[in-house]
Amino acid sequence: MSVLVYTESENGKFKKNAHEAASYAYEVAKQMGTTATAISINANEAESLADYGVSKVLNVSNERLKTFNAKAFANVIGQAAQKENAKIIILSSSADTKFLAPILTAQLKAGYVPNVVSAPESTSPFKVKRTVFSNKGFAFTEISSEIKIIGVSNNAFGSIENKTTATVESFDPSLADDLFTTKSIEIDKVVGKATIADADIVVSGGRGLKGPENWGMIEELAEVLGAATACSKPVSDLGWRPHGEHVGQTGKPVASNLYIAIGISGAIQHLAGVSSSKVKVVINTDPEAPFFKAADYGIVGDAFEVVPKLIEKLKEFKAQNA
Amino acid sequence: MKILVCLSNVPDTTSKINFTDGDTKFDTNGVQFVINPNDEFGLTRAMWFKEKQGATVHVATVGEASTEPTIRKALAIGADEAIRVNAIPTDGYFVAEQLAEIVKNGEYDLVIAGRESIDFNGGMVPGILASLSGMNFVNTCISLEIEGNNATAIREIDGGKEKISTTLPLVIGGQKGLVAESDLRIPNMRGIMMARQKKLNVVEPISASKATDDVKFEKPAPKGQVKLVDADNIDELINLLHNEAKVI
Repeated sequence: MSVLVYTESENGKFKKNAHEAASYAYEVAKQMGTTATAISINANEAESLADYGVSKVLNVSNERLKTFNAKAFANVIGQAAQKENAKIIILSSSADTKFLAPILTAQLKAGYVPNVVSAPESTSPFKVKRTVFSNKGFAFTEISSEIKIIGVSNNAFGSIENKTTATVESFDPSLADDLFTTKSIEIDKVVGKATIADADIVVSGGRGLKGPENWGMIEELAEVLGAATACSKPVSDLGWRPHGEHVGQTGKPVASNLYIAIGISGAIQHLAGVSSSKVKVVINTDPEAPFFKAADYGIVGDAFEVVPKLIEKLKEFKAQNA
Repeated sequence: MKILVCLSNVPDTTSKINFTDGDTKFDTNGVQFVINPNDEFGLTRAMWFKEKQGATVHVATVGEASTEPTIRKALAIGADEAIRVNAIPTDGYFVAEQLAEIVKNGEYDLVIAGRESIDFNGGMVPGILASLSGMNFVNTCISLEIEGNNATAIREIDGGKEKISTTLPLVIGGQKGLVAESDLRIPNMRGIMMARQKKLNVVEPISASKATDDVKFEKPAPKGQVKLVDADNIDELINLLHNEAKVI
């Protein structure tokens, strides 16, 4: 009857969202007077999850699961849930996990609530708070099904250390061939750079930058800060930047600690998509730009003058605080 | 090839969101409803399959009669036939079960739905539908090519993209990238006139489960005043971010 959490890993290393999901699972387990069990697939150092309150890890090591496959991964998590007789399953909000979540939901005939931002409001009835209308509102959602799946938003509940000891048990799920009817042919992924999904800081540029040739300073600023780069919708529509960088209501959501908007006026759709970021900074020539109403800090000024100065000052700051 | 495009009827992206009835309902007052943007990219890709590969395109939605202008728009854009399940789309599982019934009866080769609706952001309908219908599934799909029974899709992953090969029957959770923003179509007068003649079948819902219930809503807390920093005083901004906000 433990709470099961799927702890996602990449190249054997747990992702930040795995620690967040584990922290959340521990909190739910505590509220329900039970313990948190993790299911990990091809991860090293499974015992490290004990730092986040996990007391048991079902550790899968399987060559066929080297590359992510939504159907197969969902099936493995489902088998783990069955083995543990888990009624509550905690997932993260990565692209891969949001891909497998509905498959798992159907497999277990569960109630699935994604985008959950805080610990359950109550466990009987089971009620959670989630974002709706692309962050323009919140809903308090009750789950009435026997099996409940909760998708925890990135950087919302957070990673919370609760040191315990964990037993690691190897788990050997059965993998039928019909789980592998979609095949990964090629993965094109930026390595060694923060992604919008898990970066602590995101630096984003808008049409105010006048053209793709001016993105050098955005990239440099991002590099100094160890940040991911993003852009507004018009910039991606104009083809100045790849679609994958588009953040906002119809693009990617941003839930970083710091979001720096440069030359972005702040259309309502953009603001909705970035509103989960904890601290927002805007740099814009127009003091009437709507973004100033949504930001914590602002500079009214020309990005072409402000950003190079900011890069320089940040380099000094980093050197002093290294 | 027979394609079903699943449409969600959602508030326009510029809508201000309010709640009513003691914050238990979304306030539709003054709200303009549109085809969910993620679905519209899918619909436009379906039109491409219709024009280039001779596909038949049906659209389906789960909603009350008030959703019909949205369905008519899809017919005006070029869908051949529409189905409306006459029910309030209470939660994702319920909607997926209704659509699975349509898929079962319609023998579709390809089902295109948006990766999520921009109102309740559940992101579960395409995946649950695929599972219930025993079809392959690719989510956050930004490119789709079909040749015979084979499909090649590109999906967006965190920090990049992945190319996937699979076979029909297939469900995709689509989004921007399936077609470009500039490829989206505005119905012309001829399309609107023709849409009036096209079949819009209304079917009653099957009995289905509902696992979740939104019991109350809340608006985000109002934002405090922005702290303005002089453009010549970058040190102050860094100081604030370091010592006050503690984010660098």
